[in-house]
Amino acid sequence: MGIHATEVTADAGRGRTADSEDAPLLQVKNLQVEFRTRDGVAKAVNGVNYSVRAGETLAILGESGSGKSVSSQAVMGILDSPPGFVTGGEIVFKGEDLLKLSSEKRRKIRGTQMAMIFQDALSSLNPVHTVGTQLGEMFRVHRGTSKSEAKKKAVELMERVGIPAAKERVNQYPHQFSGGMRQRIMIAMALALEPDLIIADEPTTALDVTVQAQVMELLADLQAEYNMGLILITHDLGVVADVADKIAVMYAGRIVETAPVHELYKRPAHPYTRGLLDSIPRLDQKGQELYAIKGLPPNLLRIPSGCAFNPRCPMAQEICRTEIPPLHAVTEADGAPIQGRGSACHFWKETIHG
Amino acid sequence: MPDQQPDKPNGVPDDANTELSSAFPQTPTLGAMEVEGMLEKEDLTHAPEVSTEAVGVADREVPRSLWQDAWRELRRNPIFIISGILIIFLVIVAIFPGLFDSTSPLQCDLSKSQQGPTSGHPFGFDTQGCDVYARTIYGARASITVGVFATLGTALLGTLLGGLAGFFGGWLDAVVSRIADIFFGIPILLGGLVFLSVIPSRSIWIVVAFIVVLGWPQLARIARGAVITARQQDYVTAARALGAGNSRLMLRHILPNSLAPIIVVATIALGTYISLEATLSYLGVGLKPPTVSWGIDISAAADTFRNAPHMLLFPAGALCITILAFIMLGDAVRDALDPKLR
Amino acid sequence: MAEAQEAAEVAAIEAVMEQKVERGEPILQVRNLEKHFPLTQGILIKKQIGAVKAVDGVSFDLHQGETLGIVGESGCGKSTLAKVLMNLETATAGEVLYKGEDISKVSGRALKAIRRNIQMVFQDPYTSLNPRMTVGDIIGEPFEIHPEVAPKGDRRREVQDLLDVVGLNPEYINRYPHQFSGGQRQRIGIARGLALKPEIIICDEPVSALDVSVQAQVINLLEKLQDEFNLSYMFIAHDLSIVRHISDRVGVMYLGKMVEIGSDEEIYEHPTHPYTQALLSAVPVPDPEGREGRERIILGGDIPSPANPPSGCRFRTRCFKAQEKCAVEEPLLAIPQVFRGQDTPAAHESACHFAEDVDIVGATNGEA
Repeated sequence: MGIHATEVTADAGRGRTADSEDAPLLQVKNLQVEFRTRDGVAKAVNGVNYSVRAGETLAILGESGSGKSVSSQAVMGILDSPPGFVTGGEIVFKGEDLLKLSSEKRRKIRGTQMAMIFQDALSSLNPVHTVGTQLGEMFRVHRGTSKSEAKKKAVELMERVGIPAAKERVNQYPHQFSGGMRQRIMIAMALALEPDLIIADEPTTALDVTVQAQVMELLADLQAEYNMGLILITHDLGVVADVADKIAVMYAGRIVETAPVHELYKRPAHPYTRGLLDSIPRLDQKGQELYAIKGLPPNLLRIPSGCAFNPRCPMAQEICRTEIPPLHAVTEADGAPIQGRGSACHFWKETIHG
Repeated sequence: MPDQQPDKPNGVPDDANTELSSAFPQTPTLGAMEVEGMLEKEDLTHAPEVSTEAVGVADREVPRSLWQDAWRELRRNPIFIISGILIIFLVIVAIFPGLFDSTSPLQCDLSKSQQGPTSGHPFGFDTQGCDVYARTIYGARASITVGVFATLGTALLGTLLGGLAGFFGGWLDAVVSRIADIFFGIPILLGGLVFLSVIPSRSIWIVVAFIVVLGWPQLARIARGAVITARQQDYVTAARALGAGNSRLMLRHILPNSLAPIIVVATIALGTYISLEATLSYLGVGLKPPTVSWGIDISAAADTFRNAPHMLLFPAGALCITILAFIMLGDAVRDALDPKLR
Repeated sequence: MAEAQEAAEVAAIEAVMEQKVERGEPILQVRNLEKHFPLTQGILIKKQIGAVKAVDGVSFDLHQGETLGIVGESGCGKSTLAKVLMNLETATAGEVLYKGEDISKVSGRALKAIRRNIQMVFQDPYTSLNPRMTVGDIIGEPFEIHPEVAPKGDRRREVQDLLDVVGLNPEYINRYPHQFSGGQRQRIGIARGLALKPEIIICDEPVSALDVSVQAQVINLLEKLQDEFNLSYMFIAHDLSIVRHISDRVGVMYLGKMVEIGSDEEIYEHPTHPYTQALLSAVPVPDPEGREGRERIILGGDIPSPANPPSGCRFRTRCFKAQEKCAVEEPLLAIPQVFRGQDTPAAHESACHFAEDVDIVGATNGEA
């Protein structure tokens, strides 16, 4: 299918152009991922573009099946293959296309230069080793540090992520920690080698709200301290609003809207984003009836023709069923450009300006 | 318009409604979770709609139960086809050996003792001068009978005891599990040598009974585990909340959902029971002449292997093919039923 | 003898079930309900070494026609509470009065009869439907268990009506659960809960396993059904925004206790218990502007183990207001002294020695 070259990248940036000095840390260009199954090819990611700079937080927002996790697994190089295959695009990290590197080189980049935080800390930590050993291993494998030195570093890290009594707890096993503490250990592991980029896949979804707040705050603090790029993958519009600088909304494997965080919430330019915002109940408002997006997310084996959202869209017209909308640059009503905004909707003008 | 039938959006064919588990029943490596994030599956608080809608399948679909899905998968599996044809053939041989052979395995002519294959007697003759081809054909009956009935027996007894233990728990579970442990601890060959040797006339049914007595704990353990897993599912709680009694819970909800692993293990066990019968007969504690059994023939042929290898090769070959067929069947069934691989 | 006694019991319960409760009157009254799970040690000779106090003395009323939201974090006992109310777990102590009759100790046929009026919707639509049964069998099962509710000939039509009511195509009756999406499965679960025309439905996290865009559909369905069938809901969730949306009154649980209960306005706009305040302030609000003006209370530490709860006030180990008094004296769930007799929304039941009216959510209410 004709992937339109996007007219803007998901680059809300700070109003700078991407010259060599100021190149983004990570740039994903026209990424395509498919899952080859016996029942057909599921196009999980269909031409995704985004970029992250040092110190910046990009949130990728989407429901299950939107391709948000798959695209970041492709970036990390941890896609299960088969059945998943990257079939096109570039992943430029510090000026180098990762897809062209050998698997050995990519492995070296993982952990040292980019790291990932998973949703479920318990299953991501090895239950038979103490957390100290697992944290220390990062230093021993990648830095060749001695055993005692590695342990000292592990304790320091645990203190840094706010685990009380780190000296004693360093010898405990993952199951002896609570959910929030385990997520802190995951963060400590991701941070161990001070990577430039962290990808956090639903880092707080499994946690209680009071603990969620602690963990998000910690993540934001550390990001600022180390000036890391952060990609936050989530389905939670609330979490995004708290920490993101810019947002990319995904639907059926495409980015349907990009915007700086305030802009997105104030005036969404894609009917899907607007529907999502309208359909969540608000703590500070008591409405009578919730707006509900009708229908269900599409089947990736049979993505609807034209705009994938058209069967559920209240604004759909004939063109939506035939033509895939490119990511239009979104402008003010008078035509003045808005930095970093894009909407893959034929009727973005009507959506944003009424 | 809040509640417009959300399930029938205009323009969306019914397709979009069905979900992944029906989309990929044939792709064991691609579990439902994998398309969207291998990481989202553990989530308890927010488990997103695990890609079901996302990767739903299209089927203009007729209702299809999980059993039907498994059957569809089996039919596509060449291993199942091959083993299935072999087994059908073996079963026909076992039931109607006369169709394949006009001579009797017990009509022997000592003068032909240990003669090699000749025209009309493609497998040659054994020490007693009996036709090896006839004995190989007739031997299928003992093996298949023992295999099938021992499997049925262990499966029934094991499911019953294991299932009750798993369902009721408590002291019943403790008692059944300990008894199962005791039987499980008896080495089956040693048990055969000790117990069967004291029984003078050992018919096929004695051997079947022996295998059932020593074999049920394996099935009971599987059944108990499957029942405990099923018992904790929300749909069982939901049925209890509706006021369902124990028998309904067991028969409608728990049993149908525990059968898959029991069937898998039982099918694989079938092959091993056949080989067990042959082994016992070989050791002289299994079937006894005049019953015709591959094990007996292998035992008799072993002494004369250097002079008359055909006496060993044909019954042993038949035994191998039979066991292989059942184990292949078990493998195919497991691939189709094992929820972990789906 | 026993037969006759049981029949009498059933008749008595059925008489109670017949009684009409006026809208707004209590239909379910929970009094000092406790559920302790014994902790045992040893394999052969089991010795009790303690107990997990999952629900530890909870009292509240559920009124006819209302939705009572119960919020709390994992481990606070809200799901156990649901199971005890459903009689899926036996209460260790306390009473559950249904129209004035204690149902926490009934069993057998009397219990089965009560189940017609109190039903449940489960959290996980993937595990709450039997994968080996068709949708028609699943929704029709209540009629098989309670044949007196619908004559045999009518059942198929009843099931199709139910499918229609929950917004599913009645032709799906012969399909299996795995052929549906999560949102559709949850509708099937709701239809099963509705089949016996209950008065009370206990919803245990009914939307938390669903995608955001599907959650709203299910919430709207639940609200529609409440109006249509005059249902009383107990709505258990950890998502405070959804609870606010659907509830008339809200109870907040912490470590097996109800710490604050009141109308949605009282709880959300005038929370007086520090835990409620922290909980509200921690909720991420999908609005970066509104968020910046808000005060955030970030609690330290984790929830203590319910096997060994702190003395006095259970929240004191994480409380930013804790003082000595909190460790020795357990605060009772009552209108706090400071607000007693006042005509203010802050005058609602709250179990804190130092209750204080703080507006956490912010003044965005009403606008935008």
